[in-house]
Parts: sequence; C-alpha cells; structure tokens
Amino acid sequence: MKIDWLVKLRHFLQTTAFCLAIAGLHLAFKPNMSYDIPLVYSLSIGLTSWLLIDFGRLLFASAWESGWPAGIWGKLLPLTGIALGYVIGTSMGDWWFGWSTWAGASRQQLFLSVLVSVVIGIIITYYFYSAQKGKYLERKVGEATRLATEARLKLLETQLEPHMLFNTLANLRVLIGTDPQRAQDMLDRIVAYLRATLTASRATSHPLAREFDRLRDYLELMSVRMGPRMHYVLDLPPDLADQNIPTLLLQPLVENSIKHGLEPKVEGGTITVRALRDGQRLTLQVSDTGVGFDSEAALSNGFGLAQVRERLTAAYADLGTVEQTSTPGQGTCILLHLPLTP
Amino acid sequence: MNTPTALIAEDEHLLAQALQADLARAWPALKVLATVGDGASAVKQALALQPDVLFFDIRMPGMTGLEAAAELAEQWPTQGPQARAFPALVFVTAYDQYAVQAFEAQAVDYLLKPVQAARLQKTIEKLQLALAKPESPAINFEATLGQLRGLLAGATGPSTAAPLRVIQASVGSTIRMVPVDDVLCFEAADKYVRVLTAEREYLIRTPLKELQEQIDATVFWQIHRGTVVRALAIEAVTRDEAGKTFLSLRGLKEKFVVSRLYAHLFKAM
Repeated sequence: MKIDWLVKLRHFLQTTAFCLAIAGLHLAFKPNMSYDIPLVYSLSIGLTSWLLIDFGRLLFASAWESGWPAGIWGKLLPLTGIALGYVIGTSMGDWWFGWSTWAGASRQQLFLSVLVSVVIGIIITYYFYSAQKGKYLERKVGEATRLATEARLKLLETQLEPHMLFNTLANLRVLIGTDPQRAQDMLDRIVAYLRATLTASRATSHPLAREFDRLRDYLELMSVRMGPRMHYVLDLPPDLADQNIPTLLLQPLVENSIKHGLEPKVEGGTITVRALRDGQRLTLQVSDTGVGFDSEAALSNGFGLAQVRERLTAAYADLGTVEQTSTPGQGTCILLHLPLTP
Repeated sequence: MNTPTALIAEDEHLLAQALQADLARAWPALKVLATVGDGASAVKQALALQPDVLFFDIRMPGMTGLEAAAELAEQWPTQGPQARAFPALVFVTAYDQYAVQAFEAQAVDYLLKPVQAARLQKTIEKLQLALAKPESPAINFEATLGQLRGLLAGATGPSTAAPLRVIQASVGSTIRMVPVDDVLCFEAADKYVRVLTAEREYLIRTPLKELQEQIDATVFWQIHRGTVVRALAIEAVTRDEAGKTFLSLRGLKEKFVVSRLYAHLFKAM
C-alpha cells in the first residue's frame, strides 16, 4: 500500500484547524485563562491522536482497500488512538509547561478533560471516517458500473464481430447487383440478427423457438458466405419449443463451431443444433464436423464457452452444466444440460 | 507487353466472383487465370500459373493469405531457366485493424471488403505502374521478403508475457525442468514443439508462436516458419547449388533449413 502524502498533509491541516477551533472555544468559555495552555494541549493531544489513528490504520490489511479496518478493530483503533493520544499529548503539554497534570489536577478535572477529549476525538474521527467512506463507496460504484458496461460491450463485440459484419455486407453488396431477391432475403436476416443481438442484453430469457429462429438467421447468413462448404441442421421438437432459456445462449457456441471448426477446414462441414428431452432435464447440443481440437491441448476458444458457463451458473446455479468433447479432425460437440421448466 | 495475369484466393465464393467481375470492368486487359478458396491451393496454383498479380484474402481455411504468400516466396523459382519476377501482392481483408496497420507500415497494398470501385481503381493504377516499369526482379524479391517478414513479425505481436526461464517437458510420467539457457533449438513438428539441447530432445505441446512471445528474439533467431535457434550456437551456414540454405548448430548433428525470408540474417561481413 502506498501512502498518499498529499492526503495526509490535508488531514494534518484539517486536524490542526480542529485543534485551533477547540482551543478557541475553550478560550470563549474561560476568557480569564491564558490562551497558550488550551492551545498547546489541544494541539498535542489532537495531533498525536491523529498520527496514531491515521497511520495506525495502515497496519490493518483490511483497511488497505476500504481505508478503514474491518470489524471490531474499526472501533478499537480510534478509541485506543484517542486514549493513547490523550496520555501522550498531555505528557507533552506537561513537558512544555514544566508541570504535571497527573499530579496537580483533581480527579474530577481529569475526568472532565478525558471526557471532552474522547467526545471531540470521536466526532473528528467520525468526520474523517465518513468522508473516506463516501469516497470509497463512490469508487466502488464507479468500478461496478465500469465492469457491467465492459461485460455488455464484450457481448456486443463478440456478437457484432466486425469481420463477420463486413464480410456479410460485402456479400450483400454483390447480391444486390446479381440477385436482388436473395439480397432482400439476406438483408431481412441481417436486420433480424442485429435486432436480436441489440435487444439480447435487455431481455434475460426467451423461448427456445425464438432462439432457434435467431440461429437460423445467423446460419443462413453464414451459408450465403460459405456456400457449399457449410450445411446446417436445426432440430427442435415441438413440445420443447416453449421452454425458456437465457437469450442467445447458443449463439456463441454456434459461432465458435463456425469460426474454429468449419472455417479453418478446407472442405467445410455440417453444424447441428438439437434440443432433446432427457428425463427431467433439457439437453441442448451444438456439434460440428469441423477440424476439432486436441482436448488435452490448451483450449483457445475462450470467451464463448466461458461466457455460456457463467450465464448457466447465473440462471440455474448447480443445475446447469456444460460438457465438451472434441476429436481432432472429426469435430466438436458441446452439450448443455439444464432443468426443464414445467 | 504480354497480357497481365492474376490469381484470386478468396474462400467466399460470391466475393471471389465479385472481385473478378469488378476487375473485369476496371481493368479489362487483366486476365484472371484462376480463383481458389484456400491457402494451400493458392500456393500451388500460383507456382503452376505464375501470374503477375495475386489477390490474397487474409482469412482462409488451412493457411492464412499471409502464410500462403510467405510459403510462395519460399518456393518461388528465382534462379535457373524457370526464374520469374515475383508477383505483385494485394491482400484483401474484411476487417482487421492490426493487419491494416501492418500493411500501411510495410507499404503493402490491400483492399477492404466490400471493395469500393474508387479504391480498386487506385490499386489497379499502382499495379499497372509497377508492371510497366519493372525494377530488377532480384531487388523486388528482396523487398517483398522484407515486407512479408515485417507482416509476419507483426502477426506474432509484441511480447507482453514474462520471459521464460525453464521449459517444463513431460517425459513419461515425470516432468523434466529444462533451463532455457540449455536449449539450442525449438522446432515445430506436427502438433508438438521439439526442444533440442546438446544432450537430448524433449517434446512439448506449447505452440511455437506462444513460446516465441516469451523468449528473447535477440538470443533465439527465427530461421524458418517452424524453427528458432540459439544465435550463439550457430556454427556454420551453407548454401547448396539449388540455392537452399542450411545451418548447423554446435553440439548437434542435425542440419536445419533456413527459409528465404530469414536468409538475410546470414551475410558475410
């Protein structure tokens, strides 16, 4: 943890200002007492307490991020700091004036001055504490917002992958000249695909039938691009069409199959998406006859599968699972198991 | 001047057709000899047909357009009766900001999909100029090798990973710790990488590209697409009559092929 000396200087000056104000108040109540006595005691007690608390909290690991120790230490630290600050500060004042408060003052006087120090100390500590906490919370909120925005952006970026988008538009441009009817069909699919992608971050779930419609849009776009190199099979039994699943859950898997399975394969292949009833569970299968990969080797199809796993966990906790098998040269198969909705 | 010829390598059928149609309109004299859909066929057809211009898509199945161009440069006849000037290269890509930056940096011509008529016209003018007054083929070829080298280096990316000190290689059921300082050569072999030391050889699964990001490129020189050797261990570099360059390492009997792309490293002082 790094100490921000500018912040410490500000705290020092603020504490000094508080001490001066306390000495001033004291003078207002007891105008016949000389000004230097409350001034010296107030400064020595105040600044010693400040030093002990403001630097003492650095000793607690839990304070490094939030600025304040967690649990009981959060309360013990200021109390100890103030008590020690009172003893040390009073001794320093005594040394300055060359007398002893401990010997000279009555128990009642001593009690009163301890009480005043503690109350004022707690008020000032609380002031610093809440200012710090406000800043900490503000920072936390900012961080959370940033993470959420980043996640959304990442989702959009994968789904609106520029390479796919521009290649699709290039194909569309060709078809406009050669086959306007097909161009129109293709444009309709692009519109449906874009609409689904852009609204996916708002709706959290939709029926399987819609999911399959969006997959068909995407696969149709890809089959215009890849021509005879790509075939696809979509198999959704009618009795499962109403099952709800997280929006565009399968989309990144289909995209992976194309990008990592079929696109690198010179002769292309087939991609199959299937929904099955498996007892009380729903099984979704995305498989391809692409290049596959060595399952022992480090997998690099990163974002897609990790994101699907995260979304399954978020939606079904332990009830949603992912299985992946792949054979080099033969293809990849991903199975998602989720609970059936009644 | 003979009829200029071209080869198009593009895996998306419609786009290949469209580029050919656009070229026919904008440059009627150009004869497109063939259209291929993957990198390996691109190399084969380019060698067989020896066109003047190559339009290579970057993302193709099997081999990228860039890798295909490098492979072609490797096999291109530069000596003897079959020697010809290396074709002019134009890369085609849908979207890849890093690739585009690299093309700009290496002054390599490129087209963005969808291809715009005005942009294609500019490329054609450049190509016509280059074909009309050809510089010495040898100088041209050297320049192309330099460009490809630059593009391939850019594709690996700058290293961000911490430098590797020890290679962990599994031998049977044990993991052997091999200090990188003992390694003389890394060689890609199928899906493994061979790690050669003076004493013995290990096989690891980490791809060569990934390893290269973690080792010092001034200590280990790339001499071939799949070979990286310890520079200080190089004993001799020899050239045979066919123009192929071989390299031997102190402590190893094996000979290593130096690719044309990296032959520039070995010139007498």
